[in-house]
Amino acid sequence: MSFLKSFLLLLCLLTGFSGAVIAQEDLESLRPLVNALAEGKFKETEQQVADLAATGNPAVAPLLEALGNGDLQFRKSDKAVFITRSAGKGYQLIDPLTHEVAGEASRSEVTKIKVNNGLRRSIRAALGSLTLMAKDPDVRKTAAAAIFKAKDPEAIESLDTAIAKESDDDVRLVMEQARAAAVLNSDGGDADRLEAIDVLASMGNRDALSLLTGFAASAEGEQKAAADKAITRINKSLALWGNAQNIWYGVSLGSVLLLAAIGLAITFGVMGVINMAHGEMVMIGAYVTFMVQEMIRSSAPWLFDYSLLIALPLAFVISGGIGMAIERGVIRWLYGRPLETLLATWGISLMLQQAVRSIFGPTNQEVGNPSWMSGAFELGQLTITYNRMWIIVFALLVFAGLMLVLKKTPFGLFTRAVTQNRRMAASMGIRTPWIDALTFGLGSGIAGIAGVALSQIDNVSPNLGQGYIIDSFMVVVFGGVGNLWGTLVGAMTLGVVNKFLEPYAGAVLGKILVLVFIILFIQKRPRGLFALKGRAVEA
Amino acid sequence: MSKKLMTRTAGLALASLMASTMIGGAMAEEDTIKVGILHSLSGTMAISETTLKDAMLMLIEEQNKKGGLLGKKLEAVVVDPASDWPLFAEKARELIEVNKVSAVFGCWTSVSRKSVLPVFEELNSVLFYPVQYEGEESQRNVFYTGAAPNQQAIPAVDYLMSEEGGAVKRWVLAGTDYVYPRTTNKILEAYLKAKGVADEDIMINYTPFGHSDWQTIVSDIKAFGSAGKKTAVVSTINGDANVPFYKELGNAGIKAEDIPVVAFSVGEEELAGLDTAPLVGHLAAWNYFQSADTEVNAEFIDTWHAYTKDDKRVTNDPMEASYIGFNMWLKAVEKAGTTDSDAVIDALVGVSVPNLTGGYSAMMPNHHITKPVLIGEIQEDGQFETVWETSGLVAGDAWSDYLEGSKDLISDWRAPLSCGNFNTATGKCGGSGS
Repeated sequence: MSFLKSFLLLLCLLTGFSGAVIAQEDLESLRPLVNALAEGKFKETEQQVADLAATGNPAVAPLLEALGNGDLQFRKSDKAVFITRSAGKGYQLIDPLTHEVAGEASRSEVTKIKVNNGLRRSIRAALGSLTLMAKDPDVRKTAAAAIFKAKDPEAIESLDTAIAKESDDDVRLVMEQARAAAVLNSDGGDADRLEAIDVLASMGNRDALSLLTGFAASAEGEQKAAADKAITRINKSLALWGNAQNIWYGVSLGSVLLLAAIGLAITFGVMGVINMAHGEMVMIGAYVTFMVQEMIRSSAPWLFDYSLLIALPLAFVISGGIGMAIERGVIRWLYGRPLETLLATWGISLMLQQAVRSIFGPTNQEVGNPSWMSGAFELGQLTITYNRMWIIVFALLVFAGLMLVLKKTPFGLFTRAVTQNRRMAASMGIRTPWIDALTFGLGSGIAGIAGVALSQIDNVSPNLGQGYIIDSFMVVVFGGVGNLWGTLVGAMTLGVVNKFLEPYAGAVLGKILVLVFIILFIQKRPRGLFALKGRAVEA
Repeated sequence: MSKKLMTRTAGLALASLMASTMIGGAMAEEDTIKVGILHSLSGTMAISETTLKDAMLMLIEEQNKKGGLLGKKLEAVVVDPASDWPLFAEKARELIEVNKVSAVFGCWTSVSRKSVLPVFEELNSVLFYPVQYEGEESQRNVFYTGAAPNQQAIPAVDYLMSEEGGAVKRWVLAGTDYVYPRTTNKILEAYLKAKGVADEDIMINYTPFGHSDWQTIVSDIKAFGSAGKKTAVVSTINGDANVPFYKELGNAGIKAEDIPVVAFSVGEEELAGLDTAPLVGHLAAWNYFQSADTEVNAEFIDTWHAYTKDDKRVTNDPMEASYIGFNMWLKAVEKAGTTDSDAVIDALVGVSVPNLTGGYSAMMPNHHITKPVLIGEIQEDGQFETVWETSGLVAGDAWSDYLEGSKDLISDWRAPLSCGNFNTATGKCGGSGS
């Protein structure tokens, strides 16, 4: 029975009812209402949910939660309703009221009680009013937020009691906002409503705006004036935040471009190889992530949150290794013949794509977000998603790391020496062919770890690399061939410009405008933003 | 060359072995009926089309187990047009002229279909096209077994407008920038306006193929949805771009309860690459879901798993459309007693075969078929759960009733009309069309 205990404990934690002893008769009186859920369509179910919530019985909350999650099913033979949990090939049946295990059933013996979006909304609202007094402040906050969305006037009374009792300032604020939303939706008095408009105006986000716009459309007199004033105020501040948001989105897009281009900045920028297979190195990095996650899923699920960290070195080694093989096998015969290099690497890219397609199949592979990379947080009126934020951090780290390698290590010194003056470097005893291979491997390896990051935002399919190759070349050429800082500035500039154009010109036209801009820019400065000066240019 | 070896070579369909198939083809004419499969196995569209090739090979294998057709075995001839539109026309010509196939099953994108149309017309062969498309076309040699806009887009919008669907008042029409989304959105815009939706309540947005940075658009949708009216997104975003779009939606916290997204190009296959937990409740409109609870569907899925030796492979709507098209062709050939194109084209109209959702689909005189329309919600396991369906079958309409140029056009390939774009206003065949 220890499992049952832990399950009950979990439910308590979830809903915040710390083991309140509920009288058996109370529970049994709910039974007909619960079993009624097995009958009827969405409309009837919605009514049944309202009836259940109206009992105010706390035992209803976990039941509704299960319904919302699609875990509530009924047995076909006697139409009894159970909370079900997957167990082997079938389900374990759990009594929805007492939470005792009530047997097992195969998949064909039970039918799921269907929920749709309308029903989910009612469940959310009902759960909100049921859990408003829960122990856990987070649960209370979620409850208040649910009432805010539902703006149910009937919740005002319970909100008032809850606000009076509330000790947490944060939660109280959300409750007051929920109350304001409900008041606007009720037929309350002037003073009450004006106060509610004030609360919403100081909330100042899109949700408040949505409520106020809806309200202003039907309001009159003083109320309408107040609402209109609040709307202008919110719109003004949102417009300001909108600019901050564009910059953030631009930096985020820039960091993706930087990641995709930085490997190319080495193979193309430093070595001068027009490497059309660069995108495929990114793709291979993404597939390494997929394989690492698959292995973790099947043998060590607790490691899932670290899957990306494990994938990083592997992706670097594998992509880098393939890069070196390409350099040793093909490219080294083609130095100084850019057209042939272009065609050969293009061919290699097609071969790699088809190879991956044959091995893994043509469909997308699922790469999951670790928990620290999913979701978002609010910064003022900005919604910042964790995956974008970590990708920006990661891109900058990769950039800094690469800078360090090139500027502070002997290998970096050799690389720079070889690219600046090959013959002189060779005369000084540097094995230039090996430096070529290692440099190409480094560029490819960096592309591989970019693939690990890109697998988090894009789909992992054989075509992944193709989507980035043109953008990568654009960034490197724009930033200035042979200059890493140029790549950084180029990527960020293109990202921000793109994001400022997008709202006005649309995504398609925005992209075209950026291309036209780059073409014009290259006419003016053929060597890009940061041109290399000195003898290397003539080499 | 033994017959077994020859069949195998054709099955492998390596372009380099094409020559040997050709020699074999001439010898085998007596014994087999050849079926052409024209789906991209490489390039951008391989992601979607390879599955259909596998499905067709499975259907042909199953039919051969049942004794073939007209006493002969069926033989699949697979070519790879490599997601290259002009190559589709070349490969179609090769299938018909060189390999002498009796019918071709293939194409996915509208561009590829448009590129093969003249070939089928000139060489008078039969093409079955298994994908939902924008309509505005009806050709004598082509049979459209996917959904026309009135079998997918219009019912989906009707559902969202209804009380049950959330009584949506404000609409975002988001699509990839090419012919299918543009035409579908044009039809939807006209339809919404006819239903009294104001201009400012419709936002139309196009993105390039393979768009991967959805931050701005998702936040625009959020902003558009905060005007105090119930908002929904109608998505004709194509293939690959969907994964980053849904990831961004999930991360930005746009819940289906608040702003539902109904998609016309997202099926089980596309969801396979996604963690669907944050997407539960978002919608898709199709004529088939893998979750359809019928015996014939269960059997189809089992056969599919056995054929692919992978019990995680999903089935999807275009696969059902291939299944329906293939069975219709079998029936028509049996009815006509020959694989001759003219006889089969005439015999196909009126043929009715079981679909996988428990009913029958019939070929209409306009070369489109009747199907049920289902609205499904995404579930945590990557499947769809049907939440609404049309009460009966919907007949595919080649020419939309909501577009200026096409509302007077009808299509009827039966004698005596025999016309794909008959203008009822002028009483002449050959009206305008795209």
